[in-house]
Order: sequence, then C-alpha cells, then structure tokens
Amino acid sequence: MNLDEILKEAEREFAAAGSLPVLDQVKARYLGKSGAITEQMKGLGALPPEERKAAGARINQVKDQVEALLKARRESLQAAELEKQLAAEFLDVTLPGRGEGMGGLHPVTRTLARIEQLFASIGFTVADGPEIETDFYNFTALNIPENHPARAMHDTFYLDGGNLLRTHTSPVQVHYMQKHQPPIRIIAPGRVYRCDSDVTHTPMFHQVEGLWVDESVSFADLKGVLADFMGRFFERDKLPVRFRPSFFPFTEPSAEMDIGCVICEGAGCRVCSHTGWLEVLGCGMVHPNVFGHVGIDGERYQGFAFGLGVERLAMLRYGVDDLRLFFENDARFLKQFA
Amino acid sequence: MQFSEAWLKSLVDPKLPTDQLGHLLTMAGLEVEALEPAAPAFTRVVVAEILSAEKHPNADRLQVCQVNVGEAAPLTIVCGAPNARAGLKTACALVGAQLPGDFQIKQAKVRNVESFGMLCSAKELGLSADAAGIMELPADAPVGVALRDWLDLDDHLITLKLTPNRGDCLSVLGIAREVAALTGTALEGVDCSAVAAQVADTYPVVIEHEAGCPRYVGRVIRGIDPKAASPAWMVRRLERSGLRAIHPVVDVTNYVLLELGQPMHGFDLARLRGPIRARLARSGDKLELLNGEVMEPAADALLIADDSGPLALAGIMGGVGSGVTEATVDVFLEAAHFTPDAIAGRARRHGLSTDSSHRFERGVDPELPRFAMQRATRLILEICGGQCGPLVESGPGTAAKAPVDFRPARARKILGFDLDDGAMLGILARLGMSIGTEGASVRVQAPSHRFDISREVDLIEEVARVHGYDAIPAIALRGDHAMLPAGEGARSVAEIKKLLVARGYQENITYSFTSEELDRDFRSQGEILPLLNPIASQMGVMRGSLLGGLVQSLRHNLNHGQERLRIFEAGRAFISAGAEDQPQRIAALAFGACRPEQWGEKARPVDFFDLRADLDAMLHPRAVEYRPAAHPSLHPGQSAEVWLDGAAIGWIGSLHPRLTQKYGFAKAPMLFEIDLQPLLEQGAPRYQGLARFPAVRRDLAVLVDAALSLGDIEAAVRDAKPALVADFACFDVYQGQGVEHGKKSLAFKMLLQHTEKTLTDSEIEAAVAGVLELLALRFNATLRG
Repeated sequence: MNLDEILKEAEREFAAAGSLPVLDQVKARYLGKSGAITEQMKGLGALPPEERKAAGARINQVKDQVEALLKARRESLQAAELEKQLAAEFLDVTLPGRGEGMGGLHPVTRTLARIEQLFASIGFTVADGPEIETDFYNFTALNIPENHPARAMHDTFYLDGGNLLRTHTSPVQVHYMQKHQPPIRIIAPGRVYRCDSDVTHTPMFHQVEGLWVDESVSFADLKGVLADFMGRFFERDKLPVRFRPSFFPFTEPSAEMDIGCVICEGAGCRVCSHTGWLEVLGCGMVHPNVFGHVGIDGERYQGFAFGLGVERLAMLRYGVDDLRLFFENDARFLKQFA
Repeated sequence: MQFSEAWLKSLVDPKLPTDQLGHLLTMAGLEVEALEPAAPAFTRVVVAEILSAEKHPNADRLQVCQVNVGEAAPLTIVCGAPNARAGLKTACALVGAQLPGDFQIKQAKVRNVESFGMLCSAKELGLSADAAGIMELPADAPVGVALRDWLDLDDHLITLKLTPNRGDCLSVLGIAREVAALTGTALEGVDCSAVAAQVADTYPVVIEHEAGCPRYVGRVIRGIDPKAASPAWMVRRLERSGLRAIHPVVDVTNYVLLELGQPMHGFDLARLRGPIRARLARSGDKLELLNGEVMEPAADALLIADDSGPLALAGIMGGVGSGVTEATVDVFLEAAHFTPDAIAGRARRHGLSTDSSHRFERGVDPELPRFAMQRATRLILEICGGQCGPLVESGPGTAAKAPVDFRPARARKILGFDLDDGAMLGILARLGMSIGTEGASVRVQAPSHRFDISREVDLIEEVARVHGYDAIPAIALRGDHAMLPAGEGARSVAEIKKLLVARGYQENITYSFTSEELDRDFRSQGEILPLLNPIASQMGVMRGSLLGGLVQSLRHNLNHGQERLRIFEAGRAFISAGAEDQPQRIAALAFGACRPEQWGEKARPVDFFDLRADLDAMLHPRAVEYRPAAHPSLHPGQSAEVWLDGAAIGWIGSLHPRLTQKYGFAKAPMLFEIDLQPLLEQGAPRYQGLARFPAVRRDLAVLVDAALSLGDIEAAVRDAKPALVADFACFDVYQGQGVEHGKKSLAFKMLLQHTEKTLTDSEIEAAVAGVLELLALRFNATLRG
C-alpha cells in the first residue's frame, strides 16, 4: 500500500470501528510496532539519502493525518458512549426524596422564640422560675397583700401547704432581683395558670415577663422599647401604639399598651371589638415596694416591667381564631406552623 | 360602673361629644368598656293623648282613635293595642316618623279607614321588650312634646372598667371630679348641706369594733308616706345605672351610692330591738340576707346587729328582717365607714358581690358618711315627706392621711420627660390636692376622697396620667450596652428542639395538670400533687412526668386519622411543690412506621433502637450510658435509665404492655423523657493531637451468653483494655443458626495505635490477646471459630 492508500484505508477502518476497544485494535494496525505507518518509517533507511528527507516528511504528514482521524473517531465514540450511559441512567427526579420527614415547632414556641430573639438583640437575657409558687412570690412580694381586690382578678389554683400555681410570670422578677443587683435586663417566658376555662380562656397559657432596672430607666424608655418591640414583632414600620393608665400593684405608674388592630388596620373588626385597638400588654415602672421586698435601693435604681400574653400575640400573628387549638395538639393544626 | 352621660353632664359639662368624652376617660385610666345610646334612634314621636277610641267598623280587634298630638286638630289613628283607651297618654309616631329597624310611618288606609300615624309600644321604640300594648305615660306627660326630650332619651350609657385602686371613681361625682380635673371644667356641687333636725329622736349606736367601723352616722326619720313613689328622673338615673326602683327609701340610698359613692342602708325603725351594734360575728349568729340566703357569718365577719341578732353583713348586704317595706313609716338611716380590711374577701367567701362590698373593698372616702346622710335625708324628705331627727355620728373617725413629699425632679427622672414644676403642681392642684412647701421639697395633702395617695410615686403617676401618657416621649434605645456573655458550651432548649424537629418530631404543648389516674400511670418519682380547686377532675393533679400528656396526644391524633406520630414536649414535671423539684424536661414519643410511608423503602414499625438513635443524636456528642433498669410505665425488658456524667438524667423504653393495652394502642409507643438542665452545658471543644502513626484494625467475634449486655462489656473493656487499643466498638450482633441457643455472637472492631511509633505484629497480637483474655475472664467469652 502506498501512503495515500494507507490513509484512505485507515479512514475507512476507523469509521467502521464501533467501539473504543475495536478502535484500539485498528489503531495498532497503523501506528503499532508493526503497523503500516511504522513499517513505512522502517523502510526509509532503504531509500537513497537524497530522497529520505522528502519521503520522511511525507510519512510524518500522513501519520499526523491518521492520528487526527483516530482522535476524532475516539472522541466521537466516547461521546456516543456517554450518551448511552446517560440514557441508561435516567431517573424520575420527580419522585419524592426518601427518609425521615421534618417535624415542626409549636406556634407558641415559634412566637416565644421570636420574642426572645427581639429582646436578645437589645441585651435582654432569659430568666426562669418555678411554676408551683408560694404566696409570697406570686402576690406578697409583688405588692399584692392578702385580701387585695387585685387577687380577685387572678383566679388562682391552689395546692396543699399554701402553694399555688403562678398566675403570672412576674414572680420571676422577684426571684431574679433577690439574686442580682442592677443593671438588670431580663425576660422570663413561661407557663402560667388561671382557674378559668371558656372560649377565650384556657386554664394554662404563656406569658413573657420583662424587666429592665438601672439608674435612669424611665417611663419614656418603657414606651420606646415596647413600641419598638411591637413594631418589629408584627413587622410594621408605623404600627400605631398607645399607652393607657392602668393599675397593677407591682408597678406605678402602670399602663396598658394597645396597638392599632393588625387585622383590620384600625378600620374596626370583630377581633378589636370595632375599636381599632388591641390590648396586648400590661406594663409600668417597678413599684418601690417591690424593690423593698428584694433589697434593691429604690432611690438609686428604677426601671420598668411588662407582661404580655404569648397566645394572644400568636393568634394575631398567625390568624388563629380559637385559643383552645393551641393545647389540643392536633397534628393537622400543628403542622401548619412548621 | 355604669351611669348615664346626662347625669355626669349635670355635674360637669366639658362640652365634648360623647365619643370624645369616652376617649378622654379611657386615656385617663378610666377605661370605657361600653358606650351605647340610652335608646335607639327614632324621630317624630311625641307625647299624645287618646281622646276617644271606637271599634273599627271593619275589624274586631282594631280601634279607631282620635288622638291629640298637640296640633290644632286631633289625628285619626287606627290602633290594635288592647290598652288603647280614651284618656291614656301614650307615644305617637307621626307621619314621616323614622322608627328603629328602618321603619317609616306613612299615612295608610287600614281596612278602609285612613290612619295618620301610629301609637307605639315600648318595644317598637326599642325602649324595652314590653310589647303587650302601647306605652302608658303618666297623666302629667305634656302632650305634643317630643318623646325623646321628655324621657331624656338622647342620653348614653357609659360603662367603665375601673381598676381596683380607683375606688374614688365608683360614683358619678367621682367621675365628674376626674373630668373636671382633666378638662379644667367647673364642677357643679351636690347639695350636701345640713338638714336641720325637725324632731329630737335619735337611736343608740354602739361600735364594738372601731378598727373595722371607725365611723357610723345614723339618723331617724319619722312619718314617711308609705305610698310615696320615687320621681321619674331618679328612677331613670337608677335604671340607666342598671338598678331597678324598689322603694323610695331604698331608691334614695341607691341613688346616693351611685351619686356620691357612699353605701347606705335604711332600717325600719319599728323592727329594731335595742341598740345598733357594729360587732364581729359570734358563734350561733344567723342572718337571712336580702337575697333569701340564710348564712352563718364567719368569725371575722363584721356585723350590724341589735339585741335580736345580726341585721346586716356590714358593708356587704342587709338582712330581710329589718329593712324598709311598704308598711314602713319610721326609718333609721345608716351611713357608715367600713375599712377595706374589715370587708375585703368576706363577700367573695360567701359568694356575694354587691355594689356596697365592691366599694368598701376598694375603699370609700372616710369623710363621706355625714355628707351622704345629709344628701339622703334631703331626698327622702322631698320624696316621702316625714320629719328628720338630728344626725348622730359615732366612732372615732379616721385620722387624716399624712401629707406626701413630692420632688418634681424625681418625677421627671422616673417619667423621663421635661415638665416644669409649675405644670406638675398645677395638675396636682386640679386634682384637689393642697400644696405646701417643706424645705426643698413640695408637701402635698390629698383630699379625703383620694385615699389611694400615700406615697410620692402615687403623685408621680397622677402627674403622668393627667398630663397624658401620650405626651410622654418614647425614647429609642440608647447605646452603652455591654456585650452579652455567650458561653460556647451553652446549648439552648431551642437548639435541642430544632434537632428533634429535624428528625421528624412535632412539638406539642400539653396541660401541666392531668387526671390523677393518668399521673399514677406515669409518675415515677414523688407523690401525687392535687390542685385544691381544679377546673375538672381530668385536670386535677400536677403531672409527675411528661409521658402521660404525649400518650394522650397520641390517642387524640389516632382518633383523628393519624397513623404515625413523632411528637415531643419540653416543660416541667412536678416531683414536689418545692422550687428545686420542678425539673425542666424533654420527652418524646414515636409510634407507627419507622419512616413515613414512601416508595423504595420497606415499611417496618418503629422500635427501641430507632428512638434511641434520635436520643443519641439529641445528646451528641456527650458520652451517655444506657443502663437496663425498670420503670413503672415502661416495658421492663425494653427500658433503660440514661446516665450522663455519673448521674441518671432520664429514661427510654417502650410503653409497658399493661398501659399499651389500657390506652388502646395496637403496638407499644416508644418513649423517652430526659432532664433538660444537664444538657444545657456541654463545654467547648478541646483539640487533641492527631496520631502521626497509622492505626491498625482488627476484628474479632466472640460468643457470650445472650443475656449479657453490650454496655457492660464495653464498659469493662474501656476500663481495663491495653493502652494500644484506641477504639473498641461492636458492629454486629447475631443469634440463630450456627450459634448455640442461649448464646449470641458479638463482632467487635478494634483500632490499635501508638502515638510514638508504628506497631509491630507482635505488639498487635499481644493487645488483641489481652482484650480476648479480658473478655474470657470477665464474661466467659469464647472466640468464635
């Protein structure tokens, strides 16, 4: 075969090779130790010296061409094989993933976490206290003496030995201030209990108590912090708020905080009893008698406390219209808050 | 406290529309709970007189009336009311009148007789539910006058939700004082001037308990007209405060209670025996109250009594035996001051709450009895006639409250705003306080009706309240905060919860109280802790474990169509009432298939080790130990106590078959309950050098008694293994073919390593032999061939 024929034959044979192993065999017939091209090279020595250079160049040219043909064919075969593999490895990717699914947090926990996060961002830490309390912590130390009419507002569950279930998270204030001197900046989330059960009351619910005591924490600070909190909680830049004078034995001055109704935007609806306002929180400046009970100098230190109902905020936030759902633990309800 | 706006405006009129008046009260801390018109809107209804009433020619039940409505000629009106009769004064809606319910009166033909209006029942005007007939107005009702004007119907009923500290506002006068101070409007006085005695009669009063009754004002009124009736204006004001007219004397005492805030009582003088005594109850005392209940007063109850026994529960409710009746001619009037300490809690103990107890519990102006007595005397004489004796005051009275020092600078610091001294003192003066100076501070004397003012902060609150909370700025949070400490080893409950959520668990919150039966089934520590006043028996005791609530939740959800449940709860269990005995715990329950139903995985029920994997993940990376142990609620062969750092922190296991059956589950749920506190601090990681020489792995399989626990073997090897053994862990457990009955095969993987050098074969063999010898010696293990 002359070089032209070799080239032609190689091209034909490469094209005929249907797989990479076959192609490798065919390759050997041209470029292997005794392949056609190699044989041509070996034949150079027999040529007269003056012809060798031109013939050598010619052989190398054909060799390059054969190698190029081989490379092209190899790539084409590789591409085809990849195509085949890909086609064979097809998955129905719309099938669901396997394994365990996700659970979810209770909406009250979600709400609590949100409250804790917002207050943590301004330096409040979380404090805790027992739920079976004594009369002293739940009432007396909070300036609610026996027979005070305010006690009638707390429908209290009692246990033997003068113990009771805390009716609010405020006792945590007392526990904490007994052990720490100002500056104090805490919130105390937790369960509280009132002997009351109907459509809008459950005998157990959650409150968050807040307390900030330092040398010059004023009522103006109270307004600023709580207005900021409610706006952040409901993610409203200009949430209307108002503070109304009220009465709690353990704060003075005391206030109820209202926010503009987040359901009707103040237009008036069933949730806000058509007033445009929602009562969300009680607050006030810590009463000097409370400081007296815990041994903090009420002339040097002052500050505010507040208490808010967590279920109420959760209901407003998530549009839940029945308080009792929170404690039925129905999976169909709970999974909506995952 | 409910009252009529018109009554209030008769004492102070700030010229405010009703809704603005309501807003003013609410924003001053006297929260308006309800504000409603005294009557629904209607127009063109006048007082009319029926001149004649003839039977309708074409209808048996109708009458054709000639009605004088104050115009030149009478109107012909067809009326179906049975009480329509000549001479009756009634209400007439003229043609064009608009009645409640969007009802318009037109000229109409009724069975061929033209009718020019409608005679109205109280129900048709929305004034009451009385639809029996047309309204019957008194004979002196002025014909032609708009009914709204004559009955003063353009009034509003205001209901205040008063806080317990504002007993001084439990009267129309009290609220009027507030409105006057808030708006700077003049206050009309109530005529409480002395009424001179017309007869000399008095009645003896003995105060045996001066602490509870420091003042008792009494007065005899003789010869009242038993047929007298309370005037319409008084009845209307009483009704608009929610009280019915009963008897003129009772009406007057009720009126004075509403007007001035002083509870009073009227006795029938003829029914009293011997001196009136204010004394504590004695054993054997019995009293039939006005509500018909016969009660035995408790020993600390203050009574008004005479020689025949108790007459009234002082400050709470009178008795039936001594009150005024339709036959009463001579009256003994009481206006006393009872201290809150003597009254508070007593009414509630007897299931009572009266207008009187409500006020005395919160406090009443101690100086008020004599004024109220003068006011009531004047009204009774006006309405019932009769002659009064002298006003007699008994008891030492109440010492005036000490003045309070007020530092304007302190008020500014507490409130966080700049209000000058003059403005603050002006507010206090408007509230009736007298202001003097004492050195650098201001000395403030509160009026006797502001008995709630006893310290500086009370005055600061008054300044803020009257100035307006709205007028105090809201200060944005200022800087200078220290960074919060953040322990790297601290782990929050939230993190632990999220871990369980990621492993498929849904959080529950169940009640902290359960039924006693459920608590007995799941409590493993402490005694039953019953509530003394539970809402219901299924919420009767504090839970000793969180497991019961999860089991109940499982039951609820199986009943609502769930088949597989992964739930957990974090909260307190109550071992005892002590503060240290209410541990925070986290408990979980798994029931149903191991995985949610899905393609490509064979379904199998969840088992102990699935739950344990979840618990291991929750506790990771702490080294915990599971010790086989029995728990009353768990399967004794499938339960373990969980130990961490030498202390038991909880339990894991499958529900005891007895309880599985009792609660009706097809299979046992898997449960764990762990104390949270030990999990919240796990320390920060600490780097240990990496071994520079390769580890060698050797596996060995041994046969041991099937009853042996892996935990014991691992613990023994951990304690006594050769130093070269870096890790020793079981990777297979086998029982069955090829293994003798009563034995099991355990396969271990051992990693051997030296920190300083590469191990030689002989060192490796020696270490393996050491472990094998240990296993043989301690557990009678044999190498499996």
